[in-house]
Amino acid sequence: MVAALSWAARLKAGLARTREVLNTPVPVLLARRRVDESLYEELEAALLQADCGVAATQAIVSSLRRKKLEDGEALRRALKDALAELLLPLERKLEITGARPFVIMLAGVNGSGKTTSIGKLAHWLQLQGRSVLLAAGDTFRAAAREQLVAWGERNAVPVIAQPSGDPGAVLFDALGAARARGAEVVIADTAGRLPTQLHLMEEIRKVKRVAAKAQAGAPHEVLLVLDANTGQNALAQVKAFDDALGLTGLVLTKLDGTAKGGVVCAIARERPVPLLFVGVGEDIDDLRPFVARDFAEALVG
Amino acid sequence: MSGTSSVYHPMLDNLTARLAKIVKQIRGEARLTEANIQDALREVRVALLEADVALPVVKQFIEAVRASALGEEVIGSLTPGQALVGLVHRELARLMGGANVGLDLATQPPAVILMAGLQGSGKTTTAGKLAKLLAADKKKVALVSCDVYRPAAIEQLKAVAAQAGADFVESKSGENPVDIARRALEHAKTRYFDVLIVDTAGRLAIDEEMMREIAELHAVLKPVETLFIVDAMQGQDAVNVARAFDARLPLTGVILTKLDGDARGGVALSVRQVTGKPIKFAGVGEKLGGIEPFHPERMAARILGMGDILGLVEEAHARIDLDEAKRVADKLKRGRGFDLEDFKAQIAQMKKMGGVAALLDKLPAQLAGQISPAQLQDDRQIRRIEGIINSMTPAERADPSMLKASRKRRIAAGAGVPVQAVNQLLNQFEQMQKMMKMMKGGNMARMLRNMKGVLPGLR
Ligand SMILES: Nc1nc2c(ncn2[C@@H]2O[C@H](COP(=O)(O)OP(=O)(O)OP(=O)(O)O)[C@@H](O)[C@H]2O)c(=O)[nH]1
Ligand SMILES: Nc1nc2c(ncn2[C@@H]2O[C@H](COP(=O)(O)OP(=O)(O)O)[C@@H](O)[C@H]2O)c(=O)[nH]1
Ligand SMILES: [Mg+2]
Ligand SMILES: [Mg+2]
Repeated sequence: MVAALSWAARLKAGLARTREVLNTPVPVLLARRRVDESLYEELEAALLQADCGVAATQAIVSSLRRKKLEDGEALRRALKDALAELLLPLERKLEITGARPFVIMLAGVNGSGKTTSIGKLAHWLQLQGRSVLLAAGDTFRAAAREQLVAWGERNAVPVIAQPSGDPGAVLFDALGAARARGAEVVIADTAGRLPTQLHLMEEIRKVKRVAAKAQAGAPHEVLLVLDANTGQNALAQVKAFDDALGLTGLVLTKLDGTAKGGVVCAIARERPVPLLFVGVGEDIDDLRPFVARDFAEALVG
Repeated sequence: MSGTSSVYHPMLDNLTARLAKIVKQIRGEARLTEANIQDALREVRVALLEADVALPVVKQFIEAVRASALGEEVIGSLTPGQALVGLVHRELARLMGGANVGLDLATQPPAVILMAGLQGSGKTTTAGKLAKLLAADKKKVALVSCDVYRPAAIEQLKAVAAQAGADFVESKSGENPVDIARRALEHAKTRYFDVLIVDTAGRLAIDEEMMREIAELHAVLKPVETLFIVDAMQGQDAVNVARAFDARLPLTGVILTKLDGDARGGVALSVRQVTGKPIKFAGVGEKLGGIEPFHPERMAARILGMGDILGLVEEAHARIDLDEAKRVADKLKRGRGFDLEDFKAQIAQMKKMGGVAALLDKLPAQLAGQISPAQLQDDRQIRRIEGIINSMTPAERADPSMLKASRKRRIAAGAGVPVQAVNQLLNQFEQMQKMMKMMKGGNMARMLRNMKGVLPGLR
């Protein structure tokens, strides 16, 4: 598990820096201390500041209070366990099943990291020996197509694009091309959209329907890309995109920064869509499978 | 019809519920005291955290409000709860800057604007929006990209510049960003540009090398405006990021993007508190026209989760029949349906409030902006709806399902409208009824979202 280790290390490094800034180093905060009310309060503050949200934070802290622990070190372990237990149901591996081509569609709000994640995912799949083809389904944003084409070049995989403004037509085309070339996996990019833009939510539903029409069973994965910097709105995003598309998984990006992505705790409680990958940088190999235990570890040190 | 009445009403319900919750414990007291504001303040704290205001900022804010609330007299017709919520709202608006502050480009041309922020926050798009605004103001504007890292970032800005009708200074991903900046500045000087807008790559505040780079860009460009571009959806980490950018760059202002979404946008308060810099604009759409001056008042209400409805109630609560609103809310709670009689009562209330146009001013910016101007003249439609409902018998109003073709014809004739108008009204009523049901378990954001699907003219 070299990958997972370096991921955890990287997360920790980032988080350590945050803690310096925040001046609330959780491990220091907990170690060698008697458990008292102020300690619970500090714990609560740490979870809130990690974007866990009010409800999830209160639930976690009350479950710890019920344990009536006396020393800080035990409390720290209990906290990690509680988080890991909460997040474990989100852990799932991306499995490329027998369908040919296997179709993965990415969705999300503007700027969350969809296109970059596709570039990284293509690399990850190629390392597993899969042949990949990309569909440039963001027909709206300026130079979105060129951005994906650049990722195609980095990965040396074909990118199917059209001058047309119809994302469904692009995907339809890409599925045909994948069959013709025998590509095993098609990854479809889509334009960023906010759930308040109902017509765009309808548009992406249509893209999904087109995929199903072009190939029974497709898309096989519909992944929502979330930015770890996002606060409580991430939960609203999961609900809205899940309602519209039936999500099969999540990707959480930008964990190499100081944001901790604690909103996944709220997601785990309220709309537990599996979290397949985390993004830890802008390079091609900055994608890691999500490991609940490591994430919990990184969240609270 | 415009259906704007439904835009208004459920929010009133929502507010009534919220106020009732806070007001209950402290009704009938003439002064705000430590004891009687305790629960209300806890409520406000949760609201702010749920809106993603950073915890240290929340704490500071609550203490400030507590201090200024204590001993405050409850004036006039207000209840103590309303007085406190009013105070929270005013304080929030004040902290976010009071009045709007625009760009300050008063300098020897070219006035340079430097864009800075995290990855994906909206820098490139906002650069284009500003260029378009300034070009419309007869300024000669050039754009240049120093983003040599993200694939196709330069092409993106080039396309955006063309859309904005601004000049574009070429750059290449092989170049050094600082060299690009020098060259662009020279270009802008020799060609007498009024404004040069410099886009930069997104960067993490902890990326030492990249932060040094942008500090160097700043040193070379000596921008008159250094704008920090922030995503309205950002969470708690905003304080750390803002502090770090502010420490490395003399920021002159902030632009909050993606406010057309449904995030409550507490980040506005966090960033403002940490940097002390004015929030100058709000991004409200992906297209280049999607930019507005930032309104602290509206933002304060949005963070509190109340649209601008608070202000609406403050101004007009003498005129609205809160008992009537409460009657409908109670009815819903008891599980009884919302009927046409209620619908009519809502409309009557709306008229008291000054009609659609007056209400629009009070709606959350992102919603109001999406109502077509045609609807502003739609007060006539309201009268028409009233006419239709008036032509129904009480039994029909209570149970619209009994309205078959012959009854519809009678009603249409009575109201002097075509039968389609009756059908249309019934359709809208049905959808409104659905929304009212949802309200019961309801979440305002989801409701607004659905409402936009129902109402014509809302994008
Ligand atoms: N809905 C909406 N989308 C916006 C707004 N501002 C920017 N966007 C979108 O957000 C996404 C990211 O915007 P960019 O302008 O590329 O952001 P950036 O900061 O330049 O991103 P990087 O250069 O990749 O760091 C794009 O899809 C934009 O279309 C806004 O106010 N509303
Ligand atoms: N630091 C960091 N930046 C990322 C990560 N993923 C994406 N980005 C950056 O975020 C910005 C938006 O990403 P992009 O893929 O264009 O988002 P899209 O609009 O959802 O397709 C770009 O500048 C990316 O380089 C990540 O994991 N870490
Ligand atoms: Mg993209
Ligand atoms: Mg950019």
